[in-house]
Amino acid sequence: MGVPLYCTKIAKRFGREVEHEGHSHGMHVFAAPPSVVVDLCRFLKDDPELRFNFLSDICGVDRYPQTPRFEVVYHLYSIPLKWRLRIKCRVDDPPRVSSVVGVWKTANWHEREAYDMYGIVFDGHPDLRRIYMWEEFEGYPMRKDFPLRGYKDTYNPFGEEKTETSSSSLSDDQDNNSSQPGEKR
Amino acid sequence: MGILENRFPDNVFFSTADSIINWSRKSALWPETFGIACCAIEMIATGCSRYDLDRFGIVFRPSPRQSDVMVIAGTVTKKFAPVVRRLYDQMPEPRWVIAMGTCAITGGVYNTYAVVQGSELVVPVDVHVPGCPPRPEALMHGFLLLQEKIQKSHVLRRHDPESAMAG
Amino acid sequence: MTDVTVLNEVEKDGGGTQEILLNLGPQHPSTHGVLRLVLELKGEYVARTDPHIGYLHRGTEKLAEDFTYTQIIPLTDRLDYLCPPSTNQAFVIAVEKLLGIEAPERAQYIRVMMTELSRISGHLLIVGALPMDVGAMTVMLYTMREREMVMDLLEMICGARMHTSFCRVGGVREDLPEGFAERIREFCDIFPQRISDYERLVARNRVFLQRTRGIAVITPEDAIDLGLSGPNLRASGVDWDIRRDCPYEIYDRLDFNVIVMEGGDCYDRWKCRIDEMRESTRIIEQCMRDMPEGPFLADEPTVSFPVDKELLKCSMETQIHHFELSAYGFKVPAGEIYSCVEAPKGELGFYIISDGSEKPFRMKVRAPSFVNLQALQGASNMDYLADVVAMLGSIDPVLAEVDK
Ligand code: SF4
Repeated sequence: MGVPLYCTKIAKRFGREVEHEGHSHGMHVFAAPPSVVVDLCRFLKDDPELRFNFLSDICGVDRYPQTPRFEVVYHLYSIPLKWRLRIKCRVDDPPRVSSVVGVWKTANWHEREAYDMYGIVFDGHPDLRRIYMWEEFEGYPMRKDFPLRGYKDTYNPFGEEKTETSSSSLSDDQDNNSSQPGEKR
Repeated sequence: MGILENRFPDNVFFSTADSIINWSRKSALWPETFGIACCAIEMIATGCSRYDLDRFGIVFRPSPRQSDVMVIAGTVTKKFAPVVRRLYDQMPEPRWVIAMGTCAITGGVYNTYAVVQGSELVVPVDVHVPGCPPRPEALMHGFLLLQEKIQKSHVLRRHDPESAMAG
Repeated sequence: MTDVTVLNEVEKDGGGTQEILLNLGPQHPSTHGVLRLVLELKGEYVARTDPHIGYLHRGTEKLAEDFTYTQIIPLTDRLDYLCPPSTNQAFVIAVEKLLGIEAPERAQYIRVMMTELSRISGHLLIVGALPMDVGAMTVMLYTMREREMVMDLLEMICGARMHTSFCRVGGVREDLPEGFAERIREFCDIFPQRISDYERLVARNRVFLQRTRGIAVITPEDAIDLGLSGPNLRASGVDWDIRRDCPYEIYDRLDFNVIVMEGGDCYDRWKCRIDEMRESTRIIEQCMRDMPEGPFLADEPTVSFPVDKELLKCSMETQIHHFELSAYGFKVPAGEIYSCVEAPKGELGFYIISDGSEKPFRMKVRAPSFVNLQALQGASNMDYLADVVAMLGSIDPVLAEVDK
């Protein structure tokens, strides 16, 4: 098997802006900077030879303490041609990416989820609200520095004590780790 | 009724008022159709064919205002806790609560930022039915225990400290 | 008293109707769990639907980052609780691909057979629940009867009725019990007839047809754009089934049809599930026929639990091995994987990032119900409040999977 068509086409269209990160477990991976993600997606969807018409998934990843800290990962599928590929977009703190709702409607809730869980802001999203947690909820629960048990309140006596420093600062995180109720080995 | 029909003269039965009231209360427990998570499926199974809760006089009602038992069947999350409380407040007295499943009892495996660690923190619970999910038989057992509890309760006795002291 | 005031206002508006906001749920029998819909109503017409989810958000993904791979298997059960074996299977396949191992053939057959059983049990509930939502209570009682048979079969295999947790990385937990083959043959013999029974009960019922035919139509283009998958997508006429198009496990050896409908309305989604149950029965029959003898767990000492239960009782090494595996888990080479299967609700994918330790660095569940639920905002001809209820029943969301 040679290099699939979409690799060459992406390389031709975007040149060095979109980097081919190789092939892992049956899927080609591309890294795109936040500025070209929407263009890339639209290109992949509209090109008559590629037709990546199905957006499987958008998900956020927190690479803390690496930088750039966040990653937005898109999984695309082409129903007519049965191809899958992954696009990665690394973003710094505070994270901002352009929304792809204009390309696929299904991105709406995926992006809201990533916003809710990681605080990634999607510019141009029609309705960026929290989706799982309630509106007044503070912090972004899936971030690596948010404690698994959350913060102590009447409903959760096992949570962490809320410290003076806000939840996303560095030193606080180390404190949290050391005081996790002993399920770490 | 077959064995009782046409066998007795007119009768007078003596009983305490409490036991009559309790008997009538326990024989028509109407739980709310209020499923939250996986346990709800077992609750539905208990109410449907094969297990058939109706034979205990237990009929599911879709509205809290018509029901007197709340079966908390599933994980109570922090976002959902105010709803549970509100539903409980909407139920007419006397009312009882069955916590079904480990999630409702202690939060179960979900010791996370989003889950209430035991519905006891939200509403008072009468019967805990452990299991994940509890089998339909277990839920039935829970209902029977609740009936037992109701039968033992006192409805008419005055609640003042002096009589409590006197025993 | 309130009625009177409203009436007055209506008259002031020149006889027009007023817009009201209606809050449906989170505790409402027709929302299949704890979904909350905020509906903007003009009289009985629905102007806008705004689903609110998250009432069952339990933090599965965060919890998974703190669990070893074996510990996560029970968590996956509780995602799509109507059909746990398929969720187990999806997760286990993803981890196996990361590890670069493969389950023995017999295990694959067992997994596929259980997945199809669970597909039946999941579809049975919805096939009964949609008619119940639109007013035909009877079907539910019949489908639950057959569902109990499936539960019995699952219980026979693994001891639990619902949360099976039967898959292990590298195979399955145990072999099939004795006498199982006869029981499942019995089931496969009578079940197709029962499916016809359900159809005869409602499929030509005029009320049912009026409430579902032509209601909440989703066009194929919209369906793809909205990211629907599974029966919901196929009911709209898109011929895509992961089992056939990128086969995993042993699906390439099985003979089954992919059911595709054309209308994309509530009735088609319901009918699609009915027909899929027939196909699932066929798959189960083929699995039972072709299942080879052999091991049910891969011989990978670093990953799979000791198989020999007798040895476990007397050999110290085996005990230590078992203890280490269950207490500390196994290391998974660093890498990323997205692997998906055709779950009863649609494309169920697991995206796992491993950093080489015993716990995943990030586990993302691509939950089909979560995506399917968006269709509430994308369907046409869903004018009345009653249609919303029918629509909701027909797209079959499982709220635990929606909220994760
Ligand atoms: S106790 Fe188990 S079955 Fe019940 S809601 Fe919790 S996880 Fe689901």
